[in-house]
Amino acid sequence: MQLLVFLLKRLGWMLITVWVVFTLSFFLMRAIPGGPLNGERVLSESVRAQLEQRYNLDDPLFVQYTTHLWNTICFDFGPSYKLQDFTVNEVLAQGFPVSAALGILGMTFALLLGMTAGVVSAVCRTSIYDFSFMLLATLGIAIPSFVLASMAIVLFVFYFQFFPAAGWGELKQIVLPAMCLGAPFAGYIARLTRTGMLEILSNDYIRTAYAKGLSTRTVILRHALRGSILPVVSYLGPACAGILTGSLVLEKIFAIPGMGSHFIEAALQRDFTLGMGALLTYTVLLYVMNTLVDLSYSIIDPRVVLE
Amino acid sequence: MNQTPIPTTDEQPDKSSKRMELQRLAEVMSVAQSQQGVSLWSDGWKRLKRNRVSMLSLWTLVIIVVLAIITPALPLQSPIFQDVKQRELLSPEFKTYKLGIVDYNETLALKRQTLIEMGPLDDQRAALQAEIEGLEARHPINVYWNDPGFISQAMIKFRIFIFGDYCIPSICGTDKLGRDVLSRVCWGSRVSLACGLIATLVSLLIGVSYGAISGYFGGRIDNIMMRIIDVAYSIPFIFIVIFIMSFLSAPKVRDTLNEYGINQITVFFLMIGAIYWLTMARVVRGQVLSLKNEQFVDAAKTIGTSQWGIIFKHLVPNVMGIVIVYLTLTIPAVIRFEAFLSFLGMGVQAPDISWGMLVNEGIQVITPIRIYWWMIIFSGLALALTLFSLNFLGDGVRDALDPKLKNR
Repeated sequence: MQLLVFLLKRLGWMLITVWVVFTLSFFLMRAIPGGPLNGERVLSESVRAQLEQRYNLDDPLFVQYTTHLWNTICFDFGPSYKLQDFTVNEVLAQGFPVSAALGILGMTFALLLGMTAGVVSAVCRTSIYDFSFMLLATLGIAIPSFVLASMAIVLFVFYFQFFPAAGWGELKQIVLPAMCLGAPFAGYIARLTRTGMLEILSNDYIRTAYAKGLSTRTVILRHALRGSILPVVSYLGPACAGILTGSLVLEKIFAIPGMGSHFIEAALQRDFTLGMGALLTYTVLLYVMNTLVDLSYSIIDPRVVLE
Repeated sequence: MNQTPIPTTDEQPDKSSKRMELQRLAEVMSVAQSQQGVSLWSDGWKRLKRNRVSMLSLWTLVIIVVLAIITPALPLQSPIFQDVKQRELLSPEFKTYKLGIVDYNETLALKRQTLIEMGPLDDQRAALQAEIEGLEARHPINVYWNDPGFISQAMIKFRIFIFGDYCIPSICGTDKLGRDVLSRVCWGSRVSLACGLIATLVSLLIGVSYGAISGYFGGRIDNIMMRIIDVAYSIPFIFIVIFIMSFLSAPKVRDTLNEYGINQITVFFLMIGAIYWLTMARVVRGQVLSLKNEQFVDAAKTIGTSQWGIIFKHLVPNVMGIVIVYLTLTIPAVIRFEAFLSFLGMGVQAPDISWGMLVNEGIQVITPIRIYWWMIIFSGLALALTLFSLNFLGDGVRDALDPKLKNR
């Protein structure tokens, strides 16, 4: 029951957020002179009128707003302004799985590497492992992913020729972008895990576990880890947002046909309908992720009350 | 702090004890005066100085900033002059390069001299005058540098005065259009660092005022203001900014903005600042909530200070500690965001230069046939080094100002 109320409340706020985003971008778009039809080529009057009618640009502003809003509520983002013969829905349906695969792989990589490094650093505190892992983590956080990706391309694609430069489809092509995408988050997660782990390791129940004669491995993995991943879980929300943004550049660098590259293309080409569709999808995605993180938080720590 | 025990008395109301009392008070007073209070800042600075990594980062940053400021006065090559034929994509080299400004200036001076010596009725006077005007308009300062401001121009002249035509050779190579990479990295640092500063100041201004007002007034106003922040938090602003930037870069819009005297770069800086204030507002609100019931606020109220006076004169200075900590986190975030947008081609536009743009130019010339590594490495390193130092310094400042870590 409590869960249901929580989810309903979240849904309500999500709708408000999506509406705000929609309204904001709609009016920004319309307020700026030079609409999407003002390309390099000058259109003749009749062609322009026809196009305007096709995209409902000849109605009064408020009517346009309501039609557009209603269509959006029905999940119909309309035809793309620039990609001919494609509706926005089709483009998004093509791009989304690609971006999702990239994001999930990147996140998995970040979690695996980050948590391993964090646990090792905390257990072997002040050792050479601790120092080098934390230095690497800070490096990973500081270097923007696009710089990392460009250096990785120079090194691993052209110099050593381990990976193909770009493209999508094979496993080999996913590895490098996913790793570059996950690297900064691996750094954050490593630091968070280390801090959390150090705090937990000084607790009495860890001493008790050792006193029972449990092996170090069992103590760390069964008893300490569970308590120390709480900060990591609460970081997952912002991390998801970061992964979404990060995938914009990485998709561009590695020429991956995901939602990010479509969005960038749309923004560069002033393709309003596609941009709006992608923007709203991102908003919903972000909101769902944050809600999931809040939910999982209460599962891991039963003391947390859902609001 | 070392504490001196304060002498105690037993209270007796006769005369000698009154003198004793006075003497005791004088003693207490002198003890109090001999003790130097340690302010938050001096204590924090003392603790920061003990942190070696932070100090190293601080010095690195100081060097980077100073270099960025004096860039026009350094003997660098032109950051924008294109020489595709002879200098395209040169690998790092040590051949000297001459600007040729001194010769130009000499020719110009010679012509001017002739003009003065010429009689006022000479036939060729008009032609010569036109020629001089043409030479002045095409002066290398206008060709080699992108519309330098007053101060930059003075610095460039100073540099020509000191170094003449000498330039540091292209030790970092040249790019696709034959421009010197070292010079571009140096000039790019100016835009990137300025963005970090201006955008952070904007976010500071908005965040602190919003948070302080919300926290001080409380009640329904606070509720509404915080709800707005909640909604704003789940809006993916980065995407909206990309959206807006793409429209702002449309030629028509740019012209309209220029008519109002608004530079696109200014809009860009302001916009970045305008989206990074949310966390700051929340933090400041929390602090103000706990401070507003303190006695000094009551005291200010009793002497009739206005509400705005209380907020901005009494409350805001007291939350500066935590604001500084967040500032050190915001600056690298903002610089990174600017680089990110410029990398995507939606931030700083040519002929302005920023680090993100340079990395993007490096990416674009990557081919399997030849690796132009110098075009990525140097700009990438400059960006990474700055962000790295800022992050370390931020961690250090946070630890130094954290009262929980005191005396450890």
